[in-house]
Amino acid sequence: MTPTLLGRWQSRLFVLATAGLLWTLLVTPLLPVGFATVSETYASTFAAIGLTAGVGVLLWEPVYQFLQQFRWEKDWPAMFTLLEGIPEGALVFFLLRDVLGFDVRLVPFLIHFGTTWLVVFLCLHGPLRVVSVRWRFRGGRLL
Amino acid sequence: MPINHFAKGVKTVPTTDSSRVLAPPAPPGWDERAPELPDFLLTSPVWTDELVHESGIPVVDVPFLTVGGGMGSFAMIDCLRIAGVPTNQMKVLTNLRHPWENYAYLTGVSQLPPHYRIRSDASSMPDNIWGFPSYAVRRAFRSRSPRGFIAPLWNVLTENVFTDYWTPLAGEVFDGMRREADRVGYWDCVAHGQARMVRRRAGGGYFTVFTTQGAHKQRVVYRSGYVHLAVGYPSIRFLPDMQDYRARHGSGHRFVNAYEPHEQVYTDLVARPGTVVVRGGGIAASAIIHRLLNDREQHGAATRIVHLLRTYVDGPHGPSRFMRRRGRLGWAHQGFNWPKAAWGGQLKVRLEKLEGEDRRQLWELMAGSTTPYRRGWQRQLAQARRDGVYTAVGGVIDRVDRAEDDRLAIVYRDNATGTPRTLAADFVVDATGLIGDLRSHRLLHDLVEVSGAARNLWGRLDVSPGFEVRSLRNGAGRLFAAGAVTEGAYYAPADSLLGLQYAALRVTDQLAELGFCHRIGSGRSIAQWCRRMRGVAP
Repeated sequence: MTPTLLGRWQSRLFVLATAGLLWTLLVTPLLPVGFATVSETYASTFAAIGLTAGVGVLLWEPVYQFLQQFRWEKDWPAMFTLLEGIPEGALVFFLLRDVLGFDVRLVPFLIHFGTTWLVVFLCLHGPLRVVSVRWRFRGGRLL
Repeated sequence: MPINHFAKGVKTVPTTDSSRVLAPPAPPGWDERAPELPDFLLTSPVWTDELVHESGIPVVDVPFLTVGGGMGSFAMIDCLRIAGVPTNQMKVLTNLRHPWENYAYLTGVSQLPPHYRIRSDASSMPDNIWGFPSYAVRRAFRSRSPRGFIAPLWNVLTENVFTDYWTPLAGEVFDGMRREADRVGYWDCVAHGQARMVRRRAGGGYFTVFTTQGAHKQRVVYRSGYVHLAVGYPSIRFLPDMQDYRARHGSGHRFVNAYEPHEQVYTDLVARPGTVVVRGGGIAASAIIHRLLNDREQHGAATRIVHLLRTYVDGPHGPSRFMRRRGRLGWAHQGFNWPKAAWGGQLKVRLEKLEGEDRRQLWELMAGSTTPYRRGWQRQLAQARRDGVYTAVGGVIDRVDRAEDDRLAIVYRDNATGTPRTLAADFVVDATGLIGDLRSHRLLHDLVEVSGAARNLWGRLDVSPGFEVRSLRNGAGRLFAAGAVTEGAYYAPADSLLGLQYAALRVTDQLAELGFCHRIGSGRSIAQWCRRMRGVAP
């Protein structure tokens, strides 16, 4: 990918709001959360998606875009997008548990966040180009 | 009910075989034998219907015309078919048998035959505007072993981080294009022959003069609203020293251009030891040196290579920490012809906003001869350096003469000291590239000289960000240009596989606004992608 900052924001928000949400809807009831109710689980998984979107737009994407400036090609290899999931996941977990006070457990969080990240990653590397044939020529901008 | 073109066995052509390509496509110049056009047409930049009628040349109406018939025309037709234009509304004027013929010829003679990797990424697919599923995915799913399945996917996942860029084989690209051409009915649009000139029509649109191919050469004038020029590189670059040598010695046997057939160089060097000077720092130079070193390893050739570079790159280079390209030991390294973001990232966005001198500055910063860093090649080169059979030198050739022993005596100026040095060699292979000079192409020359097409700072056709030749807009008619002839435009990689598709998409968008086709919005895009995946006509 060769994103611009605007393209990064739009792509992140669009994919999280479509594939990310759909996947969360499907996978949440299957998470090993013990005695937590379905509504409690949905609250925390949706909060995780919302935080990934919000923190991503405000913090991570500008950081990635800055780091990208050190690359001659001004590209962002697929591997980077995949590995971004590690610091992003860690931050979202701590924000959920320690700041927002959700009762999140590590294993279900890892399953939900990890699989959602993978779905988003896969959407960014192919299917999104089918939805918008101009996407890849516009630095990831959809609008 | 979808029409399955494969089941119905529509016109198709055989794919290029993997043997080395030795002859250039289509003999030039046979159009000369057709009767000359009357003077009142030749001298007039704008033709009326009456004037053309008076000449007696038959007129054929077709709304959209693309001249060239190579990769650029193919991308254009493919895109318009996806945008809903029927095949009888478009014509491809070409002297090529299939769209990849010239490309296959040029890559073939410059030592990238169909079974070699070309310098293009996995999702730059002339046969698939979406670039998904990519060549790498396609290869993975065609593999019959777990390793063959995982290897290309792992490579695209880790490319440019842990591994080199994954690149398709030239043959894979050609095969894909043949299938797509069959699917969209490309062959139904083709008219074989020579397009001679494009002139504006009084009242809007254009006339294109065309001589048909075959035993019966017939001149035809096409009358169309939209014309797309994708004629490729006007010619091979023959530098003055080479022209001078050939003028004095006649034979071009020892001093050859990488883009003309020169198999005799390799045959001769396998038969007897020799020295070859390779000039240029691009992909063609890499491919030629790779071939020479392969011949050493596999056929016992005792070849010594002197690599002459006008710009000897001895380390990372660029104006700032944020614009620094890597390079070492003579070469500048970059994955593709342009930095990747020039196709659709921040560099593309930046260039599109710049005008005149500012555009030239960014353009020149991104341009330059580069070659991809491929580990296999690097290992081979390192070994050759250790063995003392490969030396890279920074310098410029002053003069090439034939020595008394029939070899070549080369005088070159050393970059470091500026002093002339002499070098004896058996061959010089010039790999400095192709040239986009409009004067070398009859139709383009006519367009500039007679019709008055504006040129840009590079001397190429001045086009809008949407690839329209603005200076020749004519009423409702539009003239577009794609590829090498637009060098210096708002889009740097215009002559690449993906660049041609980008140009096609931009042209399609403008034609949609004019009501000629549908806009490829999300709905159409998804529907058409599904049709493509099912292998049915658009």
